[in-house]
Amino acid sequence: MAIEISEKTIKHEFIDRINELSGQDIYKCFQCGTCGGACPMSGQMEILPRKIMRMLQLGMAEHISELETGWECASCHSCSVNCPRGIDLARVMEAVRLLILRKNINKIEPSRLAEAVVRELPQIALVAGFRKLTS
Amino acid sequence: MKVSYYPGCTLKTKAKHLEDSALASLAALGVEIRELPRWNCCGAVHSLADDDLIHHVAPVRDLIRAKDEGSERLVTLCSMCYNTLARANLLMRNDEVKRKTINDFMTEESDYQGEVEVEHLIPFLRDVIGWDNLRAKIKVPLTGMKIASYYGCTLVRPQNVAIEPVAGKIMNEFVEALGAEPIDFSANTLCCGSYQVLAHPDSVADVVGRIIESASRAGADALILSCPLCEYNLLKKQEELLEKQKIGRRMPVFYFSQLLAMALGLGPESYRPDMSDAASVEFLKSKNFSVESAAVQA
Ligand code: SF4
Ligand code: SF4
Repeated sequence: MAIEISEKTIKHEFIDRINELSGQDIYKCFQCGTCGGACPMSGQMEILPRKIMRMLQLGMAEHISELETGWECASCHSCSVNCPRGIDLARVMEAVRLLILRKNINKIEPSRLAEAVVRELPQIALVAGFRKLTS
Repeated sequence: MKVSYYPGCTLKTKAKHLEDSALASLAALGVEIRELPRWNCCGAVHSLADDDLIHHVAPVRDLIRAKDEGSERLVTLCSMCYNTLARANLLMRNDEVKRKTINDFMTEESDYQGEVEVEHLIPFLRDVIGWDNLRAKIKVPLTGMKIASYYGCTLVRPQNVAIEPVAGKIMNEFVEALGAEPIDFSANTLCCGSYQVLAHPDSVADVVGRIIESASRAGADALILSCPLCEYNLLKKQEELLEKQKIGRRMPVFYFSQLLAMALGLGPESYRPDMSDAASVEFLKSKNFSVESAAVQA
């Protein structure tokens, strides 16, 4: 897929918003890939955290909003504690999710969860899941 | 020193075996911790966005309850509660601006500055009781049991709330104090996938497989942990993995406090085998521990 990147496509407002929400400076990332190596979910991720960071630096707001990566993150902080640039990537992932959730878009629909699953899951799974994946 | 205890939602239902075994053990060790008379769900996860303060209100309210009780410490057993409360506490202690906003918002509560110490039971055991003391009170040493301690994420990340700087020491010391043999394994802090069991259950199965294989290869007989969500994922996904032949055998999983109660010579009404899965119960039987607990109410 050809992607056009130019001064016109870079969404500076989006970059500012991500930095503001996460309290991080995404330009600090130098693309070493340590985060993906440390990430428990990376085996199943369509796009690794390193690439998300690059796409963020390039202000690719629409592309990022279509990706599953932010929704696959378990907020485990492995990336954050290993990043040689000191970026708290778990916070960046949260910012990526929130920009979507705050448009009232849910990733999972609590009312559609099977009753058997709800009965079986520990409360912390439901509370944490709803906190991270619903608006 | 006054110590309050925060159970959290899951310990009153799905993880009753974590609570019952821990409280019975503490009583046997002569330590009193008192459940907060009023508490609310901590929210299970720490809010990571800079402008999202409303989600800190729940854990901070619990911290205020502990302070109002006159407690210096708030002890938790669930790793996720520990993480959420400890991080909210640090925020209130270190971030002047957010502290003021949260305190101003909670007009009906007393002001809070992070005065209470949030502590997980494992370091509490070491610091308040001490390993030597604990060792002296062991009635049924778990001799010959090879135990791998699984920390998961929330006991060790981020660093400012980690129960120890590098995972692997404190839980091994605990296991040793019980008379068992600690087993090191490389996946001891690999996240189990956590709440992604709701949205990406296959990714969770994938990591659980890696955790179990790592502990198996290291020679563990069983695994201990302190998080009800880790327990759920590890047990549930093992069933699937075994069916698909992605793991060689089923690894018994216990809360650390269940082993503690067993080693202290307490009965099954304390270590609650009735709440454990079949493979874990089989393991207990093979080690001659009673798993009869007809008298126990769920
Ligand atoms: S570890 Fe840090 S610097 Fe390296 S790619 Fe990931 S975010 Fe960028
Ligand atoms: S916080 Fe998210 S992105 Fe980072 S390592 Fe954990 S699961 Fe991966």
